[in-house]
Amino acid sequence: MQPLNATRRHRALPRDPAPSKWTYKLQRMMLTPGVRGLLRVGVPLALIGIIAVSWYSQEDNRLATVAKYEALKNTVQQRPEFMIAEMVVTGTDEALAAQISAALPMDFPASSFALDLEAMRVAVEALDGVRSARVRLGDAGTLQVDVTPRVAVAIWRDGQNLRLIDEDGVYAGLIAARADRFDLPLIAGEGAQDYIAEALALYRDAKPLHARLRGMVRMGERRWDIVLDRNQRILLPAEGAMAALDRVIVLQQANDLLDRDVLAVDMRNADRPTLKMNTEAAGALRRASQYEAEN
Amino acid sequence: MGDLYDSQRAMRNMRKAAMQRGVIAILDIGTSKIACLVLRFDGPESFRAADGIGSLAGQSSFRVIGAATTRSRGVKFGEVDAMQETERAIRTAVQAAQKMANVRVDHVIACISGGRPKSYGLAGAVDIENGLVTDGDIGRVMAACDVPDYGAERDVLHAQPVNFALDHRSGMADPRGQIGNQLTTDMHMLTVDSIALQNIFYCIKRCDLELAGIASSAYASGISSLVEDEQELGAACIDLGGGSTGISVFMKKHMIYSDAVRMGGDHVTSDIAMGLSVSMATAERVKTFYGGVVATGMDDREMIEIGGDTGDYEHDRRTVSRAELIGIMRPRVEEILEEVRMRLDAAGFEHLPSQQIVLTGGASQIPGLDGLASKILGQQVRLGRPLRVQGLPQAAIGPAFSGAVGLTLFAAHPQDEWWDFEIPAEAHPSRSLKRAVRWFKDNW
Repeated sequence: MQPLNATRRHRALPRDPAPSKWTYKLQRMMLTPGVRGLLRVGVPLALIGIIAVSWYSQEDNRLATVAKYEALKNTVQQRPEFMIAEMVVTGTDEALAAQISAALPMDFPASSFALDLEAMRVAVEALDGVRSARVRLGDAGTLQVDVTPRVAVAIWRDGQNLRLIDEDGVYAGLIAARADRFDLPLIAGEGAQDYIAEALALYRDAKPLHARLRGMVRMGERRWDIVLDRNQRILLPAEGAMAALDRVIVLQQANDLLDRDVLAVDMRNADRPTLKMNTEAAGALRRASQYEAEN
Repeated sequence: MGDLYDSQRAMRNMRKAAMQRGVIAILDIGTSKIACLVLRFDGPESFRAADGIGSLAGQSSFRVIGAATTRSRGVKFGEVDAMQETERAIRTAVQAAQKMANVRVDHVIACISGGRPKSYGLAGAVDIENGLVTDGDIGRVMAACDVPDYGAERDVLHAQPVNFALDHRSGMADPRGQIGNQLTTDMHMLTVDSIALQNIFYCIKRCDLELAGIASSAYASGISSLVEDEQELGAACIDLGGGSTGISVFMKKHMIYSDAVRMGGDHVTSDIAMGLSVSMATAERVKTFYGGVVATGMDDREMIEIGGDTGDYEHDRRTVSRAELIGIMRPRVEEILEEVRMRLDAAGFEHLPSQQIVLTGGASQIPGLDGLASKILGQQVRLGRPLRVQGLPQAAIGPAFSGAVGLTLFAAHPQDEWWDFEIPAEAHPSRSLKRAVRWFKDNW
């Protein structure tokens, strides 16, 4: 008694719970720890990487990123906490401070991020009058420059220039006239600047002569001459200069040797100190000795 | 026998690899259902309780993390009948268990309930050379067992040393390190049909799984449903399955006899289907809901609708009384139990000190079965449920799962088998030389 025109209704087959071979294999693969790890970590990472690279490969995006980064950086760097308003130079006098200010041309206020402290230190130390310097960011938006100035110990006459030099023989500035620094000894001659210590020792030794001392000249890069006023010279030997000077000073104190009309005291040969006299003095001496001989 | 030795050793290595990975699957391929359990091993004693009691029966070092059951297809009498169908059923069970466990399993331990198992008792004796029993001596004494001719088409499934005797001292569990002159052993060997075994191997291989061990299902049921003193004093476990009924006799914690009756619950179902002329599905439903083996007066009045879908009203509204149903079921159940009785008698079960009989398996849930069984098998009959193991879902703790649970215990603590010991070197000198030559030929 089945209807002939209707399609025969199939009895629903009992549901087959068995997985197909490939479903089974796929499920097993998805349960493999390596594959699971790859899917959980590797795929999202790869996706993020692809998106990042494709976005970054656009020129506009790259520029925008850089601009944004720069803007962000500036807003941080330009904050008042990081701004430097003035420069404070300590440890030196006005003149050198002015030189230092001139050597570090800066328009304040400036961000402390923009400062190259090391380069500034090098620039400051390149100045003649500076022995060493320390540049740091000080309190309350100041740029602190701590300077140890060179202490001039002598004046070195180099042609027409009067240079100040420190104990290392390093150039420490210029002065216009000898009278500016009367307290310092004047030295001259080629190579004199390399033997400052020697010159200073002689200078200290020649203390009784200071009133008359005009300077010290390095002769032949070997030995010293002490020049007094009235163009008197004390020629010192290369070795034992101090002892020779002491002898001259003793002679001066005993016999007022240098107050006489002597042109030069030659102490180069210790065995045979020699006096050089003015022509007139020599003539007078000769006449006097003739007179004595005649009488 | 060498090939078998090698393949069993390979399975043991596979089991070791599985233990290292910590995950192993249990596959109980039965006639009515296929159960798959996924076990996770966490190293020995990691679930150990705070007090001093260690692991009981060795099952505490693993945990069931996945369990699935599916209707078995293509299996008859516990043997693979239709390979494709069985393979699909195995895939279903394994996939569902893997999904529950959320882990991939590659190694599987299976059991075989059919294949006409046959037990042999073997004895071997060997002289101890230097007075002290070593591992090598154990291997030697097992190799010295005189193996009966069990037929070309059969394979050894189990070969377990059940007893060691050193000179006049017998009943030793572990003779190693002891001093004596002659070491003798009794070995229980169980063989099954090669074809049945090969089919199961092949089915599992086709599911991309590696077989890490195979056991007799009667043995597995025995170790899960017999309690410790029963195993020690002597007991028989009757696993009433769907297509076959397994018998295993235990004594001193060793299986000493195993057999199978090729009848089970499915035969009861088909009797009902034939007797009431209903479909197998209806017969199964009627059996599980209303089945029994002892009829009472009340059962005459309890009418069961057995239905039908022919469209004929009279046919579709049929009813039978429960007494009729019991009248159909009882003869078949009796037949099965009589057959079991015969096998036990043949094995000399009555000589055991204790003759406890434990009924387990799906068909043991028939109401009144214990009463019937005690009439046929003896007074000491009880219904057994498998041991409780950690993590086993509520749905899988019934007697139908005693084989699967036994396999978990087998996986955790396999008994020593013949292939766990090295074959003595003198047993195969020429063969190994031949093998070396063949290896050179194959590779150069």
